[in-house]
Amino acid sequence: MSGRGRRITDEEINELVSKLQSLLPESRRRNIGRASASKLLKETCSYIKSLHREVDGLSDRLSGLMATMDSDSPQADIIRSLLRS
Amino acid sequence: MESKSSTTGNRDNPNRNLHGSKTMMASHFLRALFRIQQTSTSSSSAGRSRRIRRAAYASMAYSAGTRRAWSRALLRKLRSRARLRFPRRLSRAATPQRRDMDQAQVLRKLVPGGPSMDDCKLLEETADYIRFLTTQVRLMQTVMDSISS
Repeated sequence: MSGRGRRITDEEINELVSKLQSLLPESRRRNIGRASASKLLKETCSYIKSLHREVDGLSDRLSGLMATMDSDSPQADIIRSLLRS
Repeated sequence: MESKSSTTGNRDNPNRNLHGSKTMMASHFLRALFRIQQTSTSSSSAGRSRRIRRAAYASMAYSAGTRRAWSRALLRKLRSRARLRFPRRLSRAATPQRRDMDQAQVLRKLVPGGPSMDDCKLLEETADYIRFLTTQVRLMQTVMDSISS
């Protein structure tokens, strides 16, 4: 890898790689099997992009839903959400 | 929202930091949604969607605070009112993928503040960023479910 700063040790790479691996959902972990660092990075990039897309999609859908709400109901929904968390 | 126990699959880290942040994230995001609802009755759905998206990244960044490079970078972008853009397309390498080098560069473009991080920091920040992103996504889904029910 390129980069500034101190060189990362192999041990540190392995540690961080397994940490990254544990962050991927099971379905993605299965896709890459015994991951090389390279495959894992690639899958991580793909995962982050899909999360960004989800944020976009959910924003669109929330926007659409909010258009159909009258001014009283958002408060109730928001309070309900808060109570549930 | 989900229970207090870790749901992100990281067994080694009890995610203690994340729980307090989840509450902050939820209240920040919900308050922002409420403001958007009150002030955007005449604006387009697309405009409202952009504001919601911005509120999503804002609540992530505010709940993570300044202790992380990615959240500091996001906060800077938000305050400067710059458009929040993340690359969608993979950068087209002239040569086929050369081990880790290209992917680390791609990752640097996806994680806020990435370009100024060394490899070690990049991986740590990525892990934290993913945790907050997934939490934010789940929060948005929960809000959606409760509004549509």
